[in-house]
This record gives sequence, structure tokens and C-alpha cells, in this order.
Amino acid sequence: MKKFILLSCIVLLVLGHNGYAQEKGSVLITNGTVITITDGTKENTDVLIEEGIITEIREGIEAPDGVETIDASGKYVMPGIVDAHSHIAAEDVNEWTHPVTAEVSMEESIDPNDINMYWALAGGVTSIHLMHGSANVIGGQNETLKLRYGADMDALRFDGAPRTIKFALGENPTRVHGQNFNVQPRTRMGVEQVIRDHFEEALDYKRNRQQYLEAKEAYESGNRDNPPVPVARNARMEVLVDILEGEIWVHCHSYRADEIMMLMRVFDDYGIENYTFQHANEAYKIAPELRKNNAYTSVFSDWWAYKFEVYYSTAYNASILNENGVKNSINSDSGELIRHLNHEAAKTVHYGETSKEDALKMITINPAEQLGIDDKVGSIEEGKHGDVAIWSGHPLSIYSIAEKTFVDGKKYFDREEDPDDMRVKIDPETDYDEASRRWYEESGRHGDSCLRGAEIRFNENGMEL
Amino acid sequence: MRIQITRYTEIMMKYYKRIYTGCVLLLLIAAGAQAQITEKAEFGKFAITNATIHTVSDGVIENGVVLINGEKIEFVGKNAKITTEYQRINAEGKHLYPGFMDSGTQLGLQEIGAVEVTNDQAELGAYNPHVRAFTAINPSSASIPVTRVNGVTHVISLPVSGRLSGKATLIDLYGYSPDSMAVSPNAGLHLNWPSAQKGGSWDDRSDEKVQEEYEEDLKELNEFWEKAVFYDKMVSAYEEDPSNKEQPDADKKMEAMREVLSGDVPVVISVDRKQDILNAIEWTQKHPDVRFILAGVKEGWRVADEIAESGLPALVATLYTPERDYDNYQRPYQNPGMLHEAGVKVAIATGEVENVRNAPYHAGYAATYGLGKEEALKAITLNAAEIFGVEDKLGSIEAGKQANLFLSDGDPFEPMSQIEQVFIRGYKIPMVSRHTQLNDEYLDRGAESTN
Repeated sequence: MKKFILLSCIVLLVLGHNGYAQEKGSVLITNGTVITITDGTKENTDVLIEEGIITEIREGIEAPDGVETIDASGKYVMPGIVDAHSHIAAEDVNEWTHPVTAEVSMEESIDPNDINMYWALAGGVTSIHLMHGSANVIGGQNETLKLRYGADMDALRFDGAPRTIKFALGENPTRVHGQNFNVQPRTRMGVEQVIRDHFEEALDYKRNRQQYLEAKEAYESGNRDNPPVPVARNARMEVLVDILEGEIWVHCHSYRADEIMMLMRVFDDYGIENYTFQHANEAYKIAPELRKNNAYTSVFSDWWAYKFEVYYSTAYNASILNENGVKNSINSDSGELIRHLNHEAAKTVHYGETSKEDALKMITINPAEQLGIDDKVGSIEEGKHGDVAIWSGHPLSIYSIAEKTFVDGKKYFDREEDPDDMRVKIDPETDYDEASRRWYEESGRHGDSCLRGAEIRFNENGMEL
Repeated sequence: MRIQITRYTEIMMKYYKRIYTGCVLLLLIAAGAQAQITEKAEFGKFAITNATIHTVSDGVIENGVVLINGEKIEFVGKNAKITTEYQRINAEGKHLYPGFMDSGTQLGLQEIGAVEVTNDQAELGAYNPHVRAFTAINPSSASIPVTRVNGVTHVISLPVSGRLSGKATLIDLYGYSPDSMAVSPNAGLHLNWPSAQKGGSWDDRSDEKVQEEYEEDLKELNEFWEKAVFYDKMVSAYEEDPSNKEQPDADKKMEAMREVLSGDVPVVISVDRKQDILNAIEWTQKHPDVRFILAGVKEGWRVADEIAESGLPALVATLYTPERDYDNYQRPYQNPGMLHEAGVKVAIATGEVENVRNAPYHAGYAATYGLGKEEALKAITLNAAEIFGVEDKLGSIEAGKQANLFLSDGDPFEPMSQIEQVFIRGYKIPMVSRHTQLNDEYLDRGAESTN
């Protein structure tokens, strides 16, 4: 009995803790200009969020008992921004030790204390795709997070988000593995073969393992005389099999049109259907092919020329893809850009005169679709999560500021309450001498955060990132 | 035969890196040979009419006229007689702004960050006052047209390595040689201020070690400086009266310091952190004849009053994350506004290369977070010109100044606005860049997909 009580207490504690961490909120936001994304923009409209879920969108909603009302007159209400490519809140980014490390995962590499999450919330961002780096052809598995800043690692996870994995083509994997280390791949030809070889190996593994398990069962139930030779469970192969079976979606670091075409051919051969090309600076060259294959793209608004494979880029990439019917998102891949993805999206209006509606889709519903969470976030719809931000003006204007950001109806950022100094129990006027600069600041914007953790590969050989 | 193939392969591998580098070079040369200017710029007489003219120096003129005659602005005002010699440009509903200037970049010095052979911004050696960015400016850089079609017509491009990195150059973004682009070939000497602060969590030096290294760096700087002062005195004395003195041996590093010591060329000091900024200010006060400009100053907002008191102007960017985890999220955006409020003259410096085209958005952030639109406009035009002593030519729409201006369909700080026509030194710039060319070709590609 004593044991039972103790156990119950532990269970309650664990449940209680999770319940606290994933606390959901209720709020009524009134009289705002509501950019729903999927159902137009509605002026003077109220949005009611109850227990984390959007329950009503219309004029003149009465606040239920105990629900706080926030007046958004003259302001814009927009769904929380979804960043399809981020490395903030990562403990480690690259397991660079082999061209294929499908078995590793960002799942246990989340830093719940990373201030970058709070800063991203200040830019109206509510969900991120925390990705493994690009040192390997088949890197690690990614993790989709909600920016419930202040919660613990588990509470940051986006429940129900599909599993995804990082692939990488081109210069990064060929430099990390091939150049000076004589490990395939050294070329884009080798990159293709690494993928095909591992897919073939995975198919063999699946068959052998299946046969072994069946034989083992037969032996154990007396339907077979001799025990079979064991085929050990292989974590790397298991993940590759899951990719082949469509259970894990691929997000592939890629730049050049030829390598993007290559991967589409490979995926076609193996029947892999759901994939997003990340960065994809030259996707504009093959927009019709991407459309034909129902491939997604997630691009920078204007980064280019930081390495040779992005020299023939155009800032019109996103708008060309959009015009050609490719579902595209704008991502940050940066602790700085994530703070103003709205203005990165606005650049698609500048370059290519994309409509404002489509520009906003590129940072909300499109990335949500690419991450398989579009049934939950990415637009303001009844039944969806209460992940919204209130903006001082139209979110695409440079003069607009995210004033309040909600995740699951709970307020995680409020400009009015934003402290001058985030240190605990410290007077902001006091002096300081301890620095805490971040890796990407030291390495600069051009350092390519995708290669974080793989520096040793370069430093030991006098190469620069 | 077999052996020969193996040997050939070995040789190939041995020279792989060199061959690779050569290929990259060839590709770049091929790219450069096409030139980046795909159409000739027009030159002559232009009359821009019905424009909303944001002069910067003298307010806003509605329905105004600007006459451009050759390199210069001939007239700015309400009514002008426009003879038939002038090509008319009806700017009804459009806004006319002076060309924007980015006061700190490596534009023209670097083509592709990761391809070392295309990087000319970092010479070897710690003390290089004689090294000049002007020498290495590549007028065919693909980044130049990409930048100017966004309304950025001028940049300060500066070397970055070592302690005294070399001379920065002020160029406009139209021309076929560095000479034709130069406004001030030697616009400033770049000094990377020695830091007395720890770098961050990765920096495992003790506080004592940090201080010791700082003092060593400062001593080295002071010794170099004193040597330059001495050299300057000797040479000046000899130049004044060569009769009974021995001519000092030539020293190009010391020679390059003379225009700095005389105050003709300012020293641009890159310094970010609070104590370092204070140290740098204290140091500048020991050299009253030299002109100084602060750059970077990411923590300038912490010591805005001290900077204001020093009278030094500041070149700042806005799009970076806060220096400290515990800083308020918007400090980088607020930095220019906070400095201005304290009385510091502020100009925008992106620190970018290929994305200098984002300079207007840096200014837009500054405007939004406290600097205000009017001051932000100054920070990217007239203030920059004044800081570098070229306000007689650049920075505002005034008769007699160089015709550096652009037409926009709206507020150029807004990413959603379109820049419709740029003039640099009177040249009507084709609104074409690699990015627009690729867009033209691929927007509606046409070719059947085979996949």
C-alpha cells in the first residue's frame, strides 16, 4: 500500500509537471484586423481562444467568464510564424562522423534555456523545425518544437508532428567527408551513390531482419527445428527503412538545380513522396520539375554568394517558385533572421511582386504543411491551436512590431512587459563582465550554422568554414 | 600502362586543389568577362518632373523638378524651364531620394565568401596602413549591380584583418575601373580596437591573461603610432628645409600614416563592447589632430552619453542579435536611436558584402525602433557624407551636388516598395542585375520538363 501511494505520488507529480509545462491558455482578442491566411483578412474581428484552441472567429464575441480580453483595435492579428529551418535551441547540430548518421536525432539535443527562443517569440514566431546540420548526406532526425519558452525540453516538443530527417547535398557533405579524408562522397556523383547504396542496404536489412524474426518466431513456437542466424537490430537501418516507407519526411539541404533533380530521380526510384528542399537556391531553374513531383521548397529570401554553389542565385527564387505553383516557404536558418521572418517574406513582394497574401503564406501555412502540422497551426481557424501574434501594423511593413505572442493561448511574449535585463535578480544598471556570445556570432553570418559542430573537420586541416 | 594510369591519378590528386582553384578562377573570369553591366548607362540631361523630392537637406518638395546635367544636379525646385535637350521623366506619384550610402562593407573586395581566391579584404600582417581597398575593388563584381538597383549608390569598403587593416575606400557603384568609381580613394584607416574583454564561453583565458594581452596589444599599437609620429616629424622637417638634414629612409607604412596624422584621412575604429568603447575613446583623446570615427559599437547604447561627449560619430548596423543573452531583445534595433538621442551622429554600416542591398532595411529598423524616419534617412545619406567629409558631393538632393538619386514607388525603407530608377553620378543606371536577369529567364522558363 505504501508502495502504491508512493507510486501514485510520482505519477501525479510527473503528470502535474507536464500539465504545468504545457499549460494552455484562454484569451479573447477583440477588434483586430485578423489575417486568417486560409480565409482572407477580416477587419474588426474577434478571436476567441479557449484552453489553447481557437473556438470562435467573428465580430462581437462576449468573453466567457474568467477569460481575459485584449483590445487589438488598429492592430493586426496573425497566426504564429512557423520556421521550417532553424538551429536555435540546439545543444548539438552535427554528428559529422559518417556520411550517413540517420540514427541520431535532435530529439535529445534541445536546449530549453536558449534565449533565442524568446527573441524568436518577439518576432512573432511560435513553431520551429529544429534541424540536424548539413555535414552528412543523410544526417540526423529533426524535431519540431513549439516555442513554449520557459518549459522543459519535453514540453517544447510539437505533439503529433511527423518525424522528419535532414539530408544534405553538394559542398557541405563533399567538403566534410570527401576532401582530404577520402571518404565518399567527394563529388555530387558520390552523394547520389551514398544515398542509393544506403537505401539498397536498408531494403536488404529489412528483408533479412523480417525473415529472421519470422524464423525466430517459428522456432520458438516449435514450427522450425533449428534457431535462425540472428540479424541484429540496426538503428541506422531502421530509420532508413522508415524513410523508404514514408514514415519519415525528408528535408534536404540543397542548392544546385542538378543535385535537386538527382534527388527527385532517386526518390522516384524508391517511391519516396513527401520531401522538402531546404535552401534550394537554384530551385527556380527547375520549378516545373519540382511542381510535377509535388516537391516542397523552403528558401532564403535573399542570401547568396557566400559559397560557390549559391553564386548563381536570385532573390526572385521564392516568387518564381510561387508563380510556378511550387509550395514554398521562407526560412531563417539563423538566430537573427528568425527575429524578422515577416520582413524576409516582405522581400518576395519586392523581388517578384508576390502578393502579400502569398508572402504571408510562405511563413505560416506553407511551412506548416511542409512539417505536417498544417492541421494544427499556420492559420487562424476554428479548431486550430491558439498560436497567434498581435502586430502593431501590417506584418509585412518594416514599421510593424510583434507586440504580443501566444502559444496555445498562453502569452509568451509581451512587448510591454519585456524586461530590460533578463538576468535573474540582477539590477540592469549594475555592471557585468561575463560574456556569453553565441557560436554564430563568432563565426559570422557567413559561417553557415548548418556546419556547426563540424568545425574540427576544417580547423585541423587549416580549412575555413 | 597500368602504372602510368596510377601515376597520372596520383599527380591529379596532388594537384587537385590547384586545379580546382584554377577552375573556380576560370569560371569567375568567364563570369566577369560578360561584365555585370548588361546595358550601357545613359548620360546627358534629364528632367525628373512631378516627383515628391526628399531632399534630406531642405525638407520635402511636392510636385518638384530635378534637372540633371551631366554628373551634377543642376536644379531642384518647383518650377523650371525645361528645354527639349532634357530627357523628361514623369515621376508623378513617385518619390525621389538621394542615393543611399552604406558606411561599412566589403563590397567589391569579396566575391564569394567560401572561395578564398575571391577574397581580397584581409591582407597578411597586423599593421598595414599602406594597404588600400581601392586597389582591390572589382568593378565587375556581380554584387555591385545587385546592390545599386536597391537604391544603394555608395559604399565605404574596408579591409578587415589585423590591427591596422588598411585604407578603406569610398566608391560609387557605377564604373568600369576603381578610379572611375572613387569618391575618396583613401576614405579612412581601419583600426580593429584591441579588446580588453573576454570573447565568450569558449574563451578560457583568465581575466589577468585577458588584461595582459590587451595591454600588450595596446603597447604595440602605441609604439607603432609613436614611430609614425616621429617619422612624420622627420620627413616634415626635411621637406621644409632639406638643406642641412639627412633625408630619412623611405618607409611606406610610415608614409601611409602621414595623411592620417595630419587629420586628412580619418581612423575608423571597429569596437563593439562597452569597456572597449570607453578605452578607445580615451585613446582617441590622446591624438587631438587625428580624426576618428567609431564603427560597430554594438554596445554603444550602454555608453551613449560617453560617446556623445567624445564627439565621435558612429557607424552602426541594426540586424544582429543582442550581444548578451540577458539584453532586451530589441537593443540592436534601438542602438542607432539611443545613440542619436544622446547626441551622437549616426550612419548606417551593414558590414555586409553581397547583401549590402539590405542597407535600407537596416535604416528602416533604426527608424522603427526610436530613430524616426527622418533621422534614419539622414543616417543613410547626409550623415554618412558628412562623417566622411564628402557632403559637398553626396548625401542630399541639392543643386551643384553629384546626381546620385533614385525614384521609388513608396517608402524605400519598406521591403515591399519598388525602386524604379537609379542615377549615379548622372548616369541613368540600367535596372538590371544577375538577379533580375535570372528572373527574366526563369520566371516562365517554357522548356518542357522531362522529369
